[in-house]
Amino acid sequence: MRVGIVVFPGSNCDKDCKKASNLMGWSSEFLWHTQRKKLSGFDLIILPGGFSYGDYLRPGAISALSPVMEDVREYAENGGKVLGICNGFQVLLECGLLPGVLLPNPSLRFICKTIHLRVENARNSFTSEYKEGQILKMPVAHGDGRYFCSEEQLKDLEAKNQIVFRYCNSQGIVGDEFNPNGSKGEIAGIINERGNILGMMPHPERAMEKILEAHTEDGRLLFGSLEGVLK
Amino acid sequence: MKIDEKVLSQAGLTTEEFKEICALIGREPNMLELALFGVMWSEHCSYKSSRALLKNFPVEGPGVLQGPGENAGAVDIGDGKAVVFKVESHNHPSAIEPYQGAATGVGGIVRDIFTMGARPVALLNSLRFGPLEEKRTRYLLQGVVKGIGDYGNCIGVPTVGGETFFHPSYRGNPIVNAMCVGIIEKEKLTRASSKNPNAPVMLVGSRTGRDGIGGASFASDQLSGDSEEDRPAVQVGDPFMEKLLLEACLELIDKELVEGVQDLGAAGLTSSSAEVSFRSGLGMEINVEKVPRREKGMSPVEVMLSESQERMLIIPKENKTEEIKEIFSRWGLDVAVIGRMVSEPDLVIKENGETMAKINASFLADLVPSRNLRVEAPPQKKRRKEFKAPEDLKKAFFKLLESPNLASREWIFEQFDYMVGTDTVAGPGEGSALIRVPGSKKGLSISLDGNSRYCSLDPITGGRIAVAEGARNSYARGARPLAVTDCLNFGNPEKPIIYWQFEQAILGLAEACRAFDMPVVSGNVSLYNETEGSSINPTPVIGVVGLIDDINQFLPAVLKEEGDLIFLLGKTREELEGSEYEEVIWNREEGYPPEVDLARERKTGETLIKANKLGLLKSAQDLAEGGLAQAISEMSFAGKVGAEINLPGEFPAFIELFSESQGRYLVTCSPEKRIELEKLFNAEDIECCLIGTVGGSSVNFKGHFEANVKEMETAWRGCLSRWME
Repeated sequence: MRVGIVVFPGSNCDKDCKKASNLMGWSSEFLWHTQRKKLSGFDLIILPGGFSYGDYLRPGAISALSPVMEDVREYAENGGKVLGICNGFQVLLECGLLPGVLLPNPSLRFICKTIHLRVENARNSFTSEYKEGQILKMPVAHGDGRYFCSEEQLKDLEAKNQIVFRYCNSQGIVGDEFNPNGSKGEIAGIINERGNILGMMPHPERAMEKILEAHTEDGRLLFGSLEGVLK
Repeated sequence: MKIDEKVLSQAGLTTEEFKEICALIGREPNMLELALFGVMWSEHCSYKSSRALLKNFPVEGPGVLQGPGENAGAVDIGDGKAVVFKVESHNHPSAIEPYQGAATGVGGIVRDIFTMGARPVALLNSLRFGPLEEKRTRYLLQGVVKGIGDYGNCIGVPTVGGETFFHPSYRGNPIVNAMCVGIIEKEKLTRASSKNPNAPVMLVGSRTGRDGIGGASFASDQLSGDSEEDRPAVQVGDPFMEKLLLEACLELIDKELVEGVQDLGAAGLTSSSAEVSFRSGLGMEINVEKVPRREKGMSPVEVMLSESQERMLIIPKENKTEEIKEIFSRWGLDVAVIGRMVSEPDLVIKENGETMAKINASFLADLVPSRNLRVEAPPQKKRRKEFKAPEDLKKAFFKLLESPNLASREWIFEQFDYMVGTDTVAGPGEGSALIRVPGSKKGLSISLDGNSRYCSLDPITGGRIAVAEGARNSYARGARPLAVTDCLNFGNPEKPIIYWQFEQAILGLAEACRAFDMPVVSGNVSLYNETEGSSINPTPVIGVVGLIDDINQFLPAVLKEEGDLIFLLGKTREELEGSEYEEVIWNREEGYPPEVDLARERKTGETLIKANKLGLLKSAQDLAEGGLAQAISEMSFAGKVGAEINLPGEFPAFIELFSESQGRYLVTCSPEKRIELEKLFNAEDIECCLIGTVGGSSVNFKGHFEANVKEMETAWRGCLSRWME
């Protein structure tokens, strides 16, 4: 597996994604935002979390216009796998590679905690190693994580099975009270129709080692799924 | 312009200091020179009231690579690596403009760490406010927490711990102290000096504006009703710029392109240039017209005094200037060569070739006259041994759990990204955080705290306890405490009673640091924390960094499995004066704080570490504010399980539950380890008393009362969010 990790000015989970990739035994490489490069040699491109361009204007808005994103778009059009985590998810939405937007949390406060997710769709390259309905433990850390889209878009996402993760409690019950950021439909992650671009607010790269604060390895299977498909 | 008292007072100087300046330079200074002396001789930059007392601290030790005097201290942690850390105050700016004040406090301390070449890996903060019941407190708390979060989260350094305390003495003058910890390959440790008298001097980062002019003098003054008008003296932070600076500077240091790096903090370009010159034993020539500006028409004084944030001074290695420029430009950063090092030890300020100021750097950076301040001890008090029992023990127990100073800090720390970096093993909410040393099995325990109520009752004991508690936090994680950074927040030192508090606290801190063999490697003093003549409690805040060889052996503060045994280590005494119990239940704050036996503390801690290395322990928690009741409750919340507790019965239950006697821990072990554990502690003559068993859904204090864990947790978690939402 060869992974490209995009680095925008202000990205701050780029190194964590590299560590996760190392734990999977993959080779990885940082891709600087101004660098123009054929990405076809990569098995996966990760848009990491952080505060690209300081979140100025809107999270992800300026990064979406950066040169590297033109290559990412072309890569995705050719079927390449793209994973956007947190700020990376915001960039994917700003680029129009995924539908909807991410709004500020209703509390207007940043929120960092370990939450639960339910796997809604385990039939894609990113989640095939999970079981549908499986409950995952994973950290979130964001100020703008409230997923929002129109009613029609939501119906469309549901009809096409594009909702991959929803917020839930430790028993897997999905409900507003277990939703940390007011996301529509308790949505934590979505995939495009073609199934090669996943955006999610929770951080799978922070859920790789039991010893760490969140005490979970549930992110490993996400990377493991990709490996299974791509190897 | 004639230099009279009014001019001097605006510059922040006394007539005596002015005479001293004239004697040093052999003439009257011009206005620019006077301004330079004004900021450099301010309390904030010169430590003129504290220098002599700070000499009491032990600053050396086998592992110390850098003691006080640089941007931060550094300690060897083996494997060719060093930990670099420092704590600093940002109290005055935060009182006026809580969001920016706290944010720039974080920015400043982070710069101190990466200036040394270390990658910042953890942030902590110590916050003090007036009573939570007051609206202004909540306004300040909200702004400060958001400021810290927005800055730390953006630059991607996890905020892993700290403390928050509410007390009326901080009503007008909150305390915002921030600590940063970084890690570096030892041989890359970079100093803020140069050996090359012809090296160019580069300025990089934000452009220079009129913000924060006079910030150092403002920080050295008391706050008054007019202080809101000092808002321009508060700087504005740009964490995105800082993140770029951080990455760019670490790249320069990693590629060994620089000789010296210095951040621009209080007194901006003035202090950074004077300090670099003084440390180098050289001089520096600065051409102010070359400093990139944010606004037009700035005078040399304004350029030299500006405290615009996110700026660094870089002294390149020979012939590396172009390579450095390339790196900065890749990061989108402005860089300018603004001057050069010179062999004569003068700081020379020029504008378009004309010399505007010329002063020996040591006059500015070192030769400030120390102040002789008067000390006056308050009258002796009596110790009280009689304490009033609560009317209803269970109600008192719950009242304490949900009191502002003991309740969960979740509302605060959930606004901080404490996991970014994927090395946080234990985050906020426990005594010490634990950070994995990247790429190794080692871990650093890090804590930041200090009980100012104890210090107000007896500063010398309070000082000892502050250090002992920091060490205890480290031992409780299974980590050996290595070294200390301190932030000394006090009132107006010109008042003999305040200066006495300051002196006593330092003596207590120094004595305890010696007892634990923990040198003080960095720190900061913040005086004049007063509003309208009323002073804050003496507030020394102590950061302790400890080392554990294998993070897999770290001890969490949690009740783990049903059937595990719970032991109380250390001796409980009738020590309730200055306790949370007395304050919350009886609204009393008087007498003397608990006594602390430093040698015994150390022995207890070291034996605990030994027990852990032998694999006898499952978890540990040190006892602090709120005593045994608070410690068992927090361990029970973390494990989502109850316990059956048999209080030893030597004293009435309320004393055993709420006494704040020092040197105590709760530890748990599996039943088969009991004999070995008791034997180990008995051999060291340390009290090790089996007081209970883990299990059930309630904490049952047998013979007294039983409390449901869920109900306890609801009370404990709800307090802050109830007030803040």
